Amino acid sequence: MVTITFIEPDATQKIVESTLGLSVMEVAVRNNIQGIAAECGGQCSCATCHIHIEEPHFKIVGAPVDDEEDMLDFSDSRKPNSRLGCQVTVTEELNGMIVRVVGDE
Amino acid sequence: MTQRVVIIGGGQAAVSAALRLRSQSFEGSIEILCEEPGLPYQRPPLSKKYLKGELDRERLHLRPEEVYQDLKITLHRETQAHFIDRLKKRVATRNRGAIAYDKLILATGATPRCLPTSVGGDLENVYTCRSLADADLLAGEVRPGQRLLVVGGGYIGLEMAAVAIDLGLEVTLIEMQDRILNRVAAHETAQWFRKLHLDRGVDLREGVGLERLIADGKRATLAALSDGSAVGVDLVVAGIGVSANDRLARSAGLFVENGVLTDESCLTSDPDIYAIGDCAAFPFRGEMTRLESVQNACDQGEYVAEHILGQAPANYLPEPWFWSDQYDVSLKIAGFNRGFDHVVTRPGEKPGAISLWYFIGERLLAVDAMNDAKAYMMGKRWLAKGQSPDQIALADPGLPIKDIPTKDTQAAAAA
Ligand SMILES: Cc1cc2nc3c(=O)[nH]c(=O)nc-3n(C[C@H](O)[C@H](O)[C@H](O)COP(=O)(O)OP(=O)(O)OC[C@H]3O[C@@H](n4cnc5c(N)ncnc54)[C@H](O)[C@@H]3O)c2cc1C
Ligand code: FES
Repeated sequence: MVTITFIEPDATQKIVESTLGLSVMEVAVRNNIQGIAAECGGQCSCATCHIHIEEPHFKIVGAPVDDEEDMLDFSDSRKPNSRLGCQVTVTEELNGMIVRVVGDE
Repeated sequence: MTQRVVIIGGGQAAVSAALRLRSQSFEGSIEILCEEPGLPYQRPPLSKKYLKGELDRERLHLRPEEVYQDLKITLHRETQAHFIDRLKKRVATRNRGAIAYDKLILATGATPRCLPTSVGGDLENVYTCRSLADADLLAGEVRPGQRLLVVGGGYIGLEMAAVAIDLGLEVTLIEMQDRILNRVAAHETAQWFRKLHLDRGVDLREGVGLERLIADGKRATLAALSDGSAVGVDLVVAGIGVSANDRLARSAGLFVENGVLTDESCLTSDPDIYAIGDCAAFPFRGEMTRLESVQNACDQGEYVAEHILGQAPANYLPEPWFWSDQYDVSLKIAGFNRGFDHVVTRPGEKPGAISLWYFIGERLLAVDAMNDAKAYMMGKRWLAKGQSPDQIALADPGLPIKDIPTKDTQAAAAA
């Protein structure tokens, strides 16, 4: 189990527990975090799971590549620490991670 | 004041409406009536990762049970609505009595067309793929070496073929029309997918229909095709389209024609009843239109929630998008290509990437992007802003997509 803090688009903080192996998008959906519509269900096709990951954890997950990078490249909310939640898998190392949800663009 | 919202159907549209009502602080009751046994789930993976065995059942669920409980959204499972009494504003069910509403949302989805019994559609090993139950039955039959016949070359048929090939089946796909994707895509896109499937070993035959299935006992073993040939089969899947579940609406006297008819606000001919998702036909660009996509199900769900709360704009204006995964290919579609008069091809910046752009005159309508997320996102953005790219520049792969000049074509669209 790891703990993840989500900060929703309206700044509400929610601290949730997650098992390993799910994507951050799935953790958000299971906890009804606002601002993650996840319409494509994790196929890297909708970009409705855009998040910003705070350090020190962003260094661990690393920058997006390939399709994910292309999807994010066009977002107005793109930041150096942007990721698509469905492309980040929850591992032990991500315990304590703080995730800011971008929400509707 | 609206106190009681009842939603019939437990798919993506229903759940999206319920969640939005709560996130917009609606405090009345929300009841979802769904005839299926389990929790509401996503359908797209049924013909993709789920069938392939790469996704657990639990991960298909839109939300875990606790979320509905926490939000006081009542899920009546295995509950079929069988009549709407519009005068008393009640929905009759067989197992939960009559359920009263102030506002009713029809989100009943669609039912796949089956092969007619006269050609053997009722044989045991003939399937469709719409529900989790369908996918589970199919999953029990897809084994390496088996011979699969896919009837219908739409997206679902093509996805089924791809999964089956990846799992080591022998696949024949027949399409009665002269080409695959006939209803939904340009011939350029069809050509690209034809080559993909042929390269991967699908025996793909266009302009060929099913004459009949020949059975040994209760199972089809041979398919007689309209080109005079016959292929041996161990299982058959029909992907020949769906029809809207509009029977309930029809029997309640609502206007129905290939879907429950609504106005621009998703309202049916009864001002207290909405229809959303696959079951609904709404006015879009001058025609009554039914969109069968997750985008539309979700967005209409959110729209009607806001409409009930008096927070929605006057019209639901979809920004359609769609995806399909076949083998290692990701197809992403932005826009809606109805009425296009030509297509511009743009080779992508990465190997294997290509995009096909649909225009009517100068105006961009849609893009089919194969392995090309950049083109998809750019297309989505242009469409949202009512801009259309310069077509000569677009066809030049040497020019980065972000540098392509555009023209404002929104005014032309409105005219
Ligand atoms: C195999 C497959 C793959 C797909 N792939 C994609 C894709 O890649 N991308 C995409 O955008 N879309 C895809 N789609 C389409 C997408 O899944 C649908 O557009 C979407 O599910 C529609 O949602 P809905 O809520 O309108 O209807 P549905 O999901 O059909 O839900 C309707 C529900 O209502 C229930 N119901 C019906 N009548 C009653 C009644 N009288 N009482 C109680 N309950 C009732 C039904 O049993 C059903 O559970 C796919 C669909 C399938 C089947
Ligand atoms: S859920 Fe669609 S891109 Fe992540």
